[in-house]
Amino acid sequence: MQFFGGSDVSPSPPATTAAGHNANMMYMFNRNGVCLFYREWNRPLHTLNPQQDHKLMFGLLFSLKSLTAKMDPTSGDKGNLGMPQLPGQGCSFHCFRTNTYKLSFMESPSGIKIILVTHPKTGDLREATKYIYNLYVEYVVKNPMYAPGTPIRCDLFTTNLDQYVRSIS
Amino acid sequence: MATTTTGTAAAAIYSLYIINKSGGLIYYKEYGGVGGTGRMRMDTNDSLRVASLWHSMHAISQQLSPTPSCSGIDLLLADSFDLHCFQSLTGTKFFVVCEPGTPNMESLLKVIYELYTDYVLKNPFYEMEMPIRCELFDINLSVAVQKDRVALLGR
Repeated sequence: MQFFGGSDVSPSPPATTAAGHNANMMYMFNRNGVCLFYREWNRPLHTLNPQQDHKLMFGLLFSLKSLTAKMDPTSGDKGNLGMPQLPGQGCSFHCFRTNTYKLSFMESPSGIKIILVTHPKTGDLREATKYIYNLYVEYVVKNPMYAPGTPIRCDLFTTNLDQYVRSIS
Repeated sequence: MATTTTGTAAAAIYSLYIINKSGGLIYYKEYGGVGGTGRMRMDTNDSLRVASLWHSMHAISQQLSPTPSCSGIDLLLADSFDLHCFQSLTGTKFFVVCEPGTPNMESLLKVIYELYTDYVLKNPFYEMEMPIRCELFDINLSVAVQKDRVALLGR
């Protein structure tokens, strides 16, 4: 687990490339399903209002997690489908892909979920979501004015995130 | 013939599901869990639930797309398996659960789809949207899913 290891956010954010419009949007949920943070960079299509969109996204992840936990071919006793599971327990997933987007998912041990939606051709973004988690630790958790469980309104976090996301390829 | 069976080419397929356009499971086959152990074993009720859950997840993923004309999840990468899904034009979904990193799954799904059209849809005794019980389909499917055959799909 690298989550707590490096708060070394500053050293080397990957070099920004010219093709910098791969990210569509990002969601962040806490373990209760509250949307802490939502940001979109490129989203031409809105099918629902924001609240419903966040709920649907959380519901999708929740159900996909119970699906993967149930389908896990490496363990025998998995309980019933939809059995409540702690973060890190059971088989989870790290990404799925459709013809129009790719969704990368990371869950921290404390149940913070980071969801990054990008262009379907982007590579493995597990490191990217971890980096974003580290940004969250640096600029949000360490911010004395931030009350846990409330929507994130930290300028430093947003600017650093915007800058980093441009480098995702 | 000297087939180069590298580690990835010989990777295993764990199971295959076919669901009809309303989310009902019409075909399910297990090929054993990790290392050929019978760990996977899912009972009938669970396989039905998993299939219809996948159907809904597939539909929800289309709603959440940032750009228009999304056709749903076609690849899910979990910690211990990959799930590849293929949806036909009529809404029948085929999905295989396999070892992480198994190549040629898209071509395998196409082959399975062809077998379905040949041996199921052209069977005069088959009723649409009902569970598949066709011996010829079973036989040809087990041939197609054999590891070395799947490896050949890449060429």
